[in-house]
Amino acid sequence: MRHGRYRFIFGFLAAPVILYVVFVISPYIQAFYISLTNWKGISANPQFIGLENYTRLLDDEVFWAAVRHHGVLLLVMPLVTIVIALFFSFLLNLSGGQRGGQMRGIWGSKVYRVIFFLPQVLAVAIVGVLFQAIYRPDESGVINGLLGLVGIDPVGWLIAPDLALWSIIGVMVWQAVGFYVVLFSAGMSSIPKDVFEAAELDGANRSTLFFKITLPLLWDTMQVAWVYLGIAAFDAFALVQVLSVDRGGPDNSTTVLPLEIWRTAFNFSKFGYASAMGVVLFFMTITFAALTLRVTRRERIEF
Amino acid sequence: MVSKPASHGRPRRRRNPLGAFGALSHLALLVWAILIIGPILWTFLGSFKSNAEIFGDPITLPATYHWDAWGRAFQKAHIGQYMINTVFVVTCSTALTMLLGSMAAYVLARYSFPGNRAIYFLFVSGMTFPVFLALVPLFFVVRNLGLLDTHFGVILVYVAYSLPFTVFFLSAFFKTLPTSVAEAALMDGCSHTRTFFQIMVPMAKPGLVSITIFNILGQWNQYLLPIVLLSGNVEDKWLITQGIANISTNAGYEADWPGLFAALSMAIIPVMIVYIIFQRQIQSGLTSGAVK
Repeated sequence: MRHGRYRFIFGFLAAPVILYVVFVISPYIQAFYISLTNWKGISANPQFIGLENYTRLLDDEVFWAAVRHHGVLLLVMPLVTIVIALFFSFLLNLSGGQRGGQMRGIWGSKVYRVIFFLPQVLAVAIVGVLFQAIYRPDESGVINGLLGLVGIDPVGWLIAPDLALWSIIGVMVWQAVGFYVVLFSAGMSSIPKDVFEAAELDGANRSTLFFKITLPLLWDTMQVAWVYLGIAAFDAFALVQVLSVDRGGPDNSTTVLPLEIWRTAFNFSKFGYASAMGVVLFFMTITFAALTLRVTRRERIEF
Repeated sequence: MVSKPASHGRPRRRRNPLGAFGALSHLALLVWAILIIGPILWTFLGSFKSNAEIFGDPITLPATYHWDAWGRAFQKAHIGQYMINTVFVVTCSTALTMLLGSMAAYVLARYSFPGNRAIYFLFVSGMTFPVFLALVPLFFVVRNLGLLDTHFGVILVYVAYSLPFTVFFLSAFFKTLPTSVAEAALMDGCSHTRTFFQIMVPMAKPGLVSITIFNILGQWNQYLLPIVLLSGNVEDKWLITQGIANISTNAGYEADWPGLFAALSMAIIPVMIVYIIFQRQIQSGLTSGAVK
């Protein structure tokens, strides 16, 4: 019996562990070593060069542009997404007043939830192509066509260097909001109804209900949302690669690290240098996640 | 937002929520709904227009509805081929992910043996690493195995990268299931393997459904891995995201906008139909990861 038990355990674990170690763990470990070499070109013989790739990164303008863009994404995208999603999920779940002692959502809330979540199931690459058509710089783009109707000249959403990153952030928010509406809705529905009832009897109005009751009780969910969105802000690869002019342009004004890693490796065949960027990206992501969990830690409210 | 302080005076009689607040809320919700539906509907309608109509005035309905752009997208742009490829790859990789993932998760959740925790943390640690870190070595691992530019290679890589979350989620799920049924089966002489497939898997169905949906969508929408792993001269093996992105790059020169819109619609509509049918399961499947 005992023998059969270990054979069973081994039999069940062997295939997934081997697959995982070969395709996931071993590449991650190799990446750290490759980042210390000057590997260039598929058949070249890489040599160990210590931290040279990293010191070169310090002087790399494109690298710093990408890091700056992650900073902007990290500050703006999660905040805007969370604020819009919170607002909508409050409307959808709690703003319809009470009936039979239950907090209700607004009329039609189910339909709204289905529509809002829809972009989440579309592939980012496909959303990118879709918005390329929508953002087109002449009046054949939807937005410029609409602006034309009210007499505003076409705007170069993706070709103006100052505007392009913001246009891309807009698409990220467009796609993300629905997911967080559903997430926050789940959080809100787990808040006991009598909490709201008691508050209403005490004369709390909607803004008190929102800021003093809903928000604190939703803190855990918001923390999760923040980490998720932050990690998304360190990615953005598919959208920038597909949507932006010249992949990260105009003039590197929208480029992000994942795009530079991909381009450096597979367009320029500089594998060592690309891996060094990967290591930097890894440490940035980890630091962000750890910091967020640490800074936002609060006493859990049990209910 | 504007809140209506007068409304709290009569909490019991608030039958009609359409005050000034209600109207404004509806307006806000409606605007966002239009922002979501509008672009998709516009693309769909655009697939019936002629090039002249698209460049003339973007906000009109097509004069006549002709399907030839759909034919062009399907035949010339190979959207049909890409769809079949993607369905094949995602079906195989999701099935394999679920099989291997649930096996590993079950053993890690229900059997104690030396190294159990180590293997569990090895899997879970994979969730914290950005895939871009592994990109270069992964390309060479796949290449050295002779799997570059093959669907089989893509499938194995999809499975490997889906395992961390699948194992993490399912082992938590298996832990919540009662132990008594499985113990009774083992007492009766049922083998461990049979206990798993005939007793535990049916019991774990809700968790398995959620995570299957999660994996199908995640793998269907993958873009980075296909463009790296199917980067050679193998256009006939491309996946849908790759194919669409490529048409858009080429559309600038050939300027077949209706064709591009038809291709987009073809990629979006099946997903939309599946989503509308299974929206409840999809919403809970995708958000389940966040509720730990």
